[in-house]
Amino acid sequence: MKFNDAVWGAAMLVFAGALLWYVQGFPNIPGQKVGPAALPGVLAVGIGVCGAILLVRGWRERAADDAAWIEWPQWLRSMPQVRAFSVLVAVNVLYLAAVNRLGFVIVGTIYLTALMAVLRVRIGRALLIGFVMTLLIHYAFYKLLKVPLPWGVLQPVAW
Amino acid sequence: MSSAWLQAFQLVLDPYNLLVMLGASVFGLFVGAVPGLTATMATALLVPVTFFMAPIPAIAAMVTATAMAIFSGDIPGCLLRMPGTPASAAYTDEAYAMTRKGLAEIALGAGLVFSAVGGLFGTAVLMVAAPTLAEFALKFSSFEYFWLVLMGLTCAVFISSDKPLKGLITLFLGLLIASIGLNNPAAYARFTFGNTDLLGGIGLVPLMIGAFAVSEIIRYVVDVAPEGLIVEGHIGNVFRGMWGLAVKYPIQILRGSVLGTIVGALPGAGADIAAWMSYAMSKKFSKEPEKFGTGHVEGIVESGSANNSALAGAWIPALVFGIPGDSITAIVIGVLYMKNMNPGPTLFTVNPQNIYAVYLLFIVANLIMIPLGFLCIKVAKRILRVPRDVLMPVILLFCVVGSFAINNTAFDIGVMLIAGLVAYLLETNGFPITPLILGVVLGGMLEENLVSSLIKSDGSLLAFFGRPIAATLGVMTFAIWLWPLGRKLLRR
Repeated sequence: MKFNDAVWGAAMLVFAGALLWYVQGFPNIPGQKVGPAALPGVLAVGIGVCGAILLVRGWRERAADDAAWIEWPQWLRSMPQVRAFSVLVAVNVLYLAAVNRLGFVIVGTIYLTALMAVLRVRIGRALLIGFVMTLLIHYAFYKLLKVPLPWGVLQPVAW
Repeated sequence: MSSAWLQAFQLVLDPYNLLVMLGASVFGLFVGAVPGLTATMATALLVPVTFFMAPIPAIAAMVTATAMAIFSGDIPGCLLRMPGTPASAAYTDEAYAMTRKGLAEIALGAGLVFSAVGGLFGTAVLMVAAPTLAEFALKFSSFEYFWLVLMGLTCAVFISSDKPLKGLITLFLGLLIASIGLNNPAAYARFTFGNTDLLGGIGLVPLMIGAFAVSEIIRYVVDVAPEGLIVEGHIGNVFRGMWGLAVKYPIQILRGSVLGTIVGALPGAGADIAAWMSYAMSKKFSKEPEKFGTGHVEGIVESGSANNSALAGAWIPALVFGIPGDSITAIVIGVLYMKNMNPGPTLFTVNPQNIYAVYLLFIVANLIMIPLGFLCIKVAKRILRVPRDVLMPVILLFCVVGSFAINNTAFDIGVMLIAGLVAYLLETNGFPITPLILGVVLGGMLEENLVSSLIKSDGSLLAFFGRPIAATLGVMTFAIWLWPLGRKLLRR
């Protein structure tokens, strides 16, 4: 997704304004001239100035070439890519939501199988590779590196 | 030989360490050879694994993997006209033109041999320059460090990017991310919005994995026309004729290595920019510039040495000042802090064996690159046949687990995913990512040195120019800021 520079500039200006307003609430440190608000405040001014320049520049450029404010990417019109991107987001949401309940082995297998399948790998092959690779990653991190990956419903058969 | 050197040899020649280097070599060669996976990504993916290692093997893994990846990025560039890493992009067309003329062996051989030569040259400079600078840096106070950090950040914006305005914005955003949490001189919880996970700040590792690995995977997934990776033909002896090239182009090799080391040492600019600059330089000074682009090896010799020497060069400011020379050392600095090897001049005086071991690691990595790189070229066809539709999901799950592994929190997985999406969006819109990462890495250091300087000087800004070195650094920083403006005025 490509936004015109003027759109970015305007967004930066709004963000900088909000930031500058927000850091006013930071406390002062008694006896010191620079408190915790100083650096973010300077950054807010910097972002605001850059945003303003970007806004003017983008506006002028657009006046010259009449480009769109928002340029949608090519892949949004191509169903396989839209599907792949949606699945990519979905499997990560699923992972965050379900890994503690279902456990890493089950969620990892679903994660890999779904993502491979949507990337044109045949489903049987995807399931097999997905399961084996999940076990490998589990072995590497859980056994060798002692990372506490959750077992979830597989707790009774944990190995 | 001093006992520190002896200890360094023991650390490096330890069988476990050598095994790690071998594993990292295979990993680095593979990641570099697969288009879409970069050397920076290799480093980011290594962090969760090195987290569980002793300091020297952890550093060994990163040094080896990046050196190998920068070389093996040449392989698909040469055979398929698709650079394996951005550092090979400068001479991909040239190498592919050589392949079409039936000279693939020479292109790959030159890439391999002169990568090692450049890497060793950069290491030699690192060994001489780093301790000298460190001795100098022992006298630095917060004023000098403030200017150094500011100059580093300035370089990252003005030298490493052709869009300084957008680079400046991402730098500011990076510094802002660094200011999240309690980690500031006043220990006030900034931008946490009551979230306890944010008190410690945004984790550098999940941020890097997101920005450098997840964003690449997103780019692959939404690619409308992914190209097939089919290699035809046979690759013969890649070492034939290399001595002849070394005799024919000694100045080019030296020039590429010197430029590469300097560009590497400048904050923010790394192997890819070094390769572009030295390819252009090679063409400019060549006796036969008309042959460039038609399958002429001269530019490959020069920029092939440049990109590997940049890797070692980037470690100079990273080790001496804690200022990363490129995006790879930005990750390395994070690892050094985790390993209690905080970068800075004292690293050279308190535990010199560790620094000597780093030098030795670079030498070993560049030497074993020649036989291992040769094997990698031999099996290149098979590596390129590994289906990326299988590989990318596995890497993504690895990223998820790797981000979780550092602090064992799901919060870090969220940080990684958001960083990946944001990095993808920013890059699509022409905002460079490296300044943002440098901002995150150096934000704390910038604020700390600024605040302690202001306390020392009782708020006086003149004190920032009160010491000779500080004043010099300050004037240099302003000069870089005003340079684009001055150039514009000069042109008029």
